[in-house]
Amino acid sequence: MIPHALRRILLPTVALLAVGAGVAYAAGEGAARSAILDGYAAQAKAEAPSFAGFSADRGRALYLGPHAGGKGDANACAACHTPNPAATGRHAKTGRAIEPMAVSANPRRFTDRAEVEKRFDRDCPNVLGRACTAAEKGDFITYLAGQ
Amino acid sequence: MPFPHRIIAAGALVLAAAVPALANPFERVRPVTHEPTRKECGECHMAFQPGLLPAASWNRIMDNLNDHFGESAALAPDVAADIRAYLTGNAAVRGDGGLARITEQPWWVREHRLRPEAWTRPGVVSKVNCEACHRTAPQGLYEDD
Repeated sequence: MIPHALRRILLPTVALLAVGAGVAYAAGEGAARSAILDGYAAQAKAEAPSFAGFSADRGRALYLGPHAGGKGDANACAACHTPNPAATGRHAKTGRAIEPMAVSANPRRFTDRAEVEKRFDRDCPNVLGRACTAAEKGDFITYLAGQ
Repeated sequence: MPFPHRIIAAGALVLAAAVPALANPFERVRPVTHEPTRKECGECHMAFQPGLLPAASWNRIMDNLNDHFGESAALAPDVAADIRAYLTGNAAVRGDGGLARITEQPWWVREHRLRPEAWTRPGVVSKVNCEACHRTAPQGLYEDD
């Protein structure tokens, strides 16, 4: 048995530590996402000197489509990820479930640079029929980070 | 003369026991034990077990990831090489190496002569969605039909 007095100190300490760890974890994810966005911003400036920051509205338009020219069956990101990015998606051809795109529903989204690049490398040709610009990638992440 | 009859009867019994066991070696395959294969292939569809296709078929698939049945499934070269080694190293000894699709393999076609409605059931979506009907497909068990 833990003495009552000790328990009074122990419990709040453990609770505080748990909350602290949660905040630190979320902050780590936020920092990783910011670093990815910073990278795209630098790249966007290099691609177009007129670049003046990312836009969640443009990201939303990119997400919802519809687009022409894709080599896959999907004409919008929303075709698989659903128009509500907080919902679980479904691969149009295979039926496989896809974890939500919205950061509020899936905090691990856009925290692994290699993974993010892999998906853009594949899905931009699949949906748009071309590679995405750095500005488009940043717009897309900015939109979904706010969802 | 009872003797030959008995041999024939015994032979028939042995055959009867052996035929179901030989019916389809693809109903029970070793599960995927390679983490990169499970992660990368499993992102868009069930990570199919290497024992479902012969090595030549896996090589066809891994040679064409940029156009993976109409979609890009491109991977970093080192990851792709690692996955290719696992798939070909654990591939089936049977099957048609000229065909890349599991769903075109003769054994698969033979086992899936179903009513058309079976494929349009909600949640099925596609013939590659093994788990829709075979609940234990991810473990490599397809005997539940």
